[in-house]
Amino acid sequence: MPPLLKLILMRIGLGILTLFLVSIVVFAATQALPGDTAQAILGKEAVNKARYEALRQQLGLNRPMVQQYAGWLGGVVRLDFGNSLVQDEPVTKLLARRVENSFVLVAIAALISIPVSLLLGSLTALRRDTKFDISVSIGSLGLASLPEFVIGIVLMLLFATQLFHWLPATSPVSPVLPISQQLELFILPALTLTLAVAPYITRILRASTIEVLESEYVMMARLKGLPERLVLNRHALPNALAPALQVTALNLAWLAGGVVVVEYLFGFPGIGSALVDSVANRDMPMVQAICLLIASVYVLANLTADILTILVSPRLRTGLR
Amino acid sequence: MNDEIIVNDSELVEPPVVHADRRPSEWLMTIREAWHMRRTKIGVAIFAFIVALAVVGPWIAPYSPTQFVAPPYASPAPPKMWLGSDYIGHDVLTRVFYGGRTVILLSLAATLIGLGLGVSLGLITGYARRWIDESIMRILDVVLAFPQIVLALLFVSILGPRLWLIVLMVGISHAPRIARVARAATLEVAQRDFVRAAEAFGVPRWKILFNEIMPSITSPLLVEFGLRLTYSIGLIAALSFLGFGMQPPAADWGLMINENRLGIIIQPWPVVVPVLLIGVLTIGTNLIADGLGRALIGIERDTGVG
Repeated sequence: MPPLLKLILMRIGLGILTLFLVSIVVFAATQALPGDTAQAILGKEAVNKARYEALRQQLGLNRPMVQQYAGWLGGVVRLDFGNSLVQDEPVTKLLARRVENSFVLVAIAALISIPVSLLLGSLTALRRDTKFDISVSIGSLGLASLPEFVIGIVLMLLFATQLFHWLPATSPVSPVLPISQQLELFILPALTLTLAVAPYITRILRASTIEVLESEYVMMARLKGLPERLVLNRHALPNALAPALQVTALNLAWLAGGVVVVEYLFGFPGIGSALVDSVANRDMPMVQAICLLIASVYVLANLTADILTILVSPRLRTGLR
Repeated sequence: MNDEIIVNDSELVEPPVVHADRRPSEWLMTIREAWHMRRTKIGVAIFAFIVALAVVGPWIAPYSPTQFVAPPYASPAPPKMWLGSDYIGHDVLTRVFYGGRTVILLSLAATLIGLGLGVSLGLITGYARRWIDESIMRILDVVLAFPQIVLALLFVSILGPRLWLIVLMVGISHAPRIARVARAATLEVAQRDFVRAAEAFGVPRWKILFNEIMPSITSPLLVEFGLRLTYSIGLIAALSFLGFGMQPPAADWGLMINENRLGIIIQPWPVVVPVLLIGVLTIGTNLIADGLGRALIGIERDTGVG
């Protein structure tokens, strides 16, 4: 097998292993509950032993743990997470529109923050220690320290409630209207996510670009007397592409978690606010589905980035690790 | 530090010159270097100010934090109520004075847990045999797959909103991130001559780990501490903001934001002031972390190590 293919297959195997272990953690979560699902569904009526036992039988709670896990995982693969304990409806049905909302929200934030941070990160690295670099660096250091909810509330005060009244302070996206007709409800949450993630990514990218520019092979290319344009295009940029990919994955992974606080803050009906509600209600099937979804996004984003990195980076392609 | 230990253990007459390339307490050098930078000084000043506010606050607060002093959402009325009242009529200024302690203490506790766990795991994985390293790293990958707040929420959904649980989960969610840094530093130090020499003299590996390697990786850990503290503050405050951290009637900056956010239009102060204080505090800790990080890079460049 070619070493490159082997490397990629190993990485995919690792990703699958991680996802498998993640699913065990999420499944184990319900098992650790005091009482079981039957008790949670019946509530006080669980004192009725006959009904309780019947429901346990029906839910398959009498089976051995491994069998229960296999059954649950089988459902998960078919996108069947069982019914919500609070609203007696399939989790998948309750989450469908919310997933769509969150997806659009994250997509908007990613489409703005990825190009902006790529541009700012590489420009500040190339124009190091200029006024431009220093001001961007200070700004991004400050913003990168702030928790999402701080940024969100400041934006809310500025653009919705106190200073200007341009935008809605909350984002009650209606499930019956198409998203395209209520895009103004996406602006503040998307802007919050962008301002929270872009500075962080910019800083990482600036550092990794500087590392490439100071590396021995770039120095060597310069010493050979190559024109600067050729140094950048042939030697520096191909190796800086890898960090850029990693950064995109980091960005998406961060956004998958960032939606939790931001959606809650703006009352945005997505998976993040659903997670907060389900945790408060201890609606375990919902919590499981959302945690698994978010973790999968993270694992898959990193997996994709790693494979692309292997493919594009000259150092790895030639077998050096 | 413990320079004698090797000699005692190796039963050699002449003490081997194994510490020749270990610089005198590297972390002190890093701190001294960082202190020369303006950003570090500003960060320390900010951090000191907020900590002072949190420590002294309860003594200079005009009321009790749970005392009803006015109707809900009353506007500021100096000199009695500088910031007005909150959603059930507590004095906002008083609650601001009281509300910093929990944020700072819980974040520090979570950071220390994360650092303890992360450093131990990083040292072990960086210096252990391959299969131990591999299996621990795979487990850490699983923890890493959950965004920090999601990991905390998953466990809150199982055990309920307990304060110790939140601190513990924030700490645990830091651990793999810190472990990666500690592991990388350990791998690098393990190549140096003084470790090789100690190995050659047959010093037990765990002793090498604690006496030789650990003192040499403190500088990157110092940077990590500042960085993770910044994130801890954000996470702990966010969890209180979501309603899973401090519970009413406690005075806590994160909780204050949650309690009063619906009245933000008529009475913004009980939201604005905690938000600004949390924001300023995280900027302060991050400035310190950045100063330390730059100092470390500078030292490594000067000494040609790293």
